[in-house]
Amino acid sequence: MSAVSFRDVSRVYDSVRAVDRVSFNIPEGEFFTLLGPSGSGKTTCLRMIAGFEFASSGSIAIHGQDVSATPPFARNVNTVFQDYALFPHMNVRDNIAYGLMVAGVPKAARHREAEAMLELVQLPGVGDRKPSQLSGGQRQRIAIARALINKPKILLLDEPLGALDLKLREQMQVELKRLQRQVGITFVFVTHDQQEALSMSDRICIFNRGRIEQIGSPDEIYETPKTEFVARFVGNVNLFEQGALPGLMSTERGLIMLRPERISISAGHTSERPQKIAGTVQDSEYLGAFIRYLVRAQNGLDITVHQPNLGHSQHAPRFTPGTTVGLGWDDSALHSIKTTKPIAEGGAG
Amino acid sequence: MNSAALTLSEPNRSSLSAWVYLHPRSVLLLLLIPPLLWLGVVYLGSLFNLLAYSVFGLDEFTGQITHELSLNNFIELTRAANLDVILRTTLMALMVTLGCVIIAFPIAYYMARYTKGKVRALFYLGIMLPLWSSYLVRVYAWKLILAKEGIIGWLAQTLHLDWLLQGILSLPVIGGPSLSFSPIGTFVVFVYIWLPFMILPIQAAIERIPRSFFEASMDLGASSWQTFRTVTLPLAIPGIAAGSIFTFSLTLGDYIIPGIIGNSTMYMGQVVYLQQGTAGNVPFAAAFSLVPIVVIGVYLALAKRMGAFDAL
Repeated sequence: MSAVSFRDVSRVYDSVRAVDRVSFNIPEGEFFTLLGPSGSGKTTCLRMIAGFEFASSGSIAIHGQDVSATPPFARNVNTVFQDYALFPHMNVRDNIAYGLMVAGVPKAARHREAEAMLELVQLPGVGDRKPSQLSGGQRQRIAIARALINKPKILLLDEPLGALDLKLREQMQVELKRLQRQVGITFVFVTHDQQEALSMSDRICIFNRGRIEQIGSPDEIYETPKTEFVARFVGNVNLFEQGALPGLMSTERGLIMLRPERISISAGHTSERPQKIAGTVQDSEYLGAFIRYLVRAQNGLDITVHQPNLGHSQHAPRFTPGTTVGLGWDDSALHSIKTTKPIAEGGAG
Repeated sequence: MNSAALTLSEPNRSSLSAWVYLHPRSVLLLLLIPPLLWLGVVYLGSLFNLLAYSVFGLDEFTGQITHELSLNNFIELTRAANLDVILRTTLMALMVTLGCVIIAFPIAYYMARYTKGKVRALFYLGIMLPLWSSYLVRVYAWKLILAKEGIIGWLAQTLHLDWLLQGILSLPVIGGPSLSFSPIGTFVVFVYIWLPFMILPIQAAIERIPRSFFEASMDLGASSWQTFRTVTLPLAIPGIAAGSIFTFSLTLGDYIIPGIIGNSTMYMGQVVYLQQGTAGNVPFAAAFSLVPIVVIGVYLALAKRMGAFDAL
């Protein structure tokens, strides 16, 4: 039985289709991510699982039960909000115990439970403080603790890491994964950050303009995107029209995808991999872990290449703009995407 | 290169805007002097001057103020008739505040959570519009509405609810010959006149509560009533407190409404007005003026003690 299942769900606001005939199943215990740009319908889907919004058409089931007439307070689902939504007039302990308080659990018992939740999120001893006295990362953990105290079968997370700085965000990503393994429940996570989605999810569902573009594991999404949108949205990419590159020939109409890090760049004509095409470096950008080159190939294509930063060794010489270089790749690096419309814009996305 | 460095290290201090930028405290002081003079000297000065009179006396033969210190005026305040006035006014102020909260809260709640754009502008207009017309006109309008022959009396008669109106009017203490000659009428008009001062702060307080708070509460299993009791109401308290300061203090000091609507019993504002104007007993009026200040001080202290300002 699926934890959550959407069947042809649409949500229409004043003639705008925020969610357009969406169907998916989330198995129990999965870390499922809804990924897409803002306004793509991912948050609306999450809010429909929570019960804050209802489907205009189609059906939503939670653990096999139709929830089309179930209010949020009658669902065994809890949410971690983007702004955390911690109640400012209650201390941390009362915030965490709120779900038990409204369920009528006596004070001593619910406070004990709240302390246990504080242990779980590794913040023991802050129960007496007000949310305003905590840092962003701490508030984040309190919001998670509060959402978990009712022992939900499904935890919904609405861009919970958006307000944190990069270091803390990476730390919380690891933390959330640990927590999910520990409590063993289904996590439905909404984000617009593709890196976050790739690093945490069991499966990713990519939204664009209210529709699902692709559902798959991070590996599938990154290596074998089904649409041009997915290829461009997740990671950096070179997209070429079918037949523009030497190597792969297909009679199908469509695009060829080649990730910049799968291309090797070398001077002249000596390289361990066969050189496929020669070109001139137009621009180079130093990005720390790698160096990004924009190369204009002989046949006029603009190709983005990521060269791993191996230091100033002779194995990976740096190239300055104007240098003639050879580009090479393995044919397995090429992935073809079927498309019905002509390519929107060439080169890197 | 040289000239650029020169302009950077030596800004043009002679220009006014540079001076303003570099001396924020002096600018603040300049801006504050006129209002501080007004508030400190003209307003507070005359208030303290008035209060200072409360320890002087009045020569009963000449009607002249005698500049001899005495506490006679305060002893006079504790006479049964005066205590009666103080108690009645304070009770009325409390009741009016309570009535305003009960009527204002649903309106403010609806405005803050369910209206936007033009509809909300219409609400603002509806609430503020009465304030644009004369206070006296509105009070006299109410005298006509509440009169025996007024619309309420007519309506009661037409609907054969005469007995109900008579029953209410025959209540001891708050009843009277007609609504316009009873403390009930005074109460109704007070509530009407001060209502905007209660709606607006409550509306502002509820508006500040993020939508996610209501959603979080429901998400965690709270019913609508539990959400109201544990989230909405506590976070609206600062607004209620702010509004109640208006309604409470305005009722304590008002002398026009009880003069036009109600029976002949006196309220504090009327006593001060009569003593100062008709009787010319400024020292006693000054002593009486101190009472509302003390009552409001006590009121604020109690409100603070009950945590009304904790969520600010």
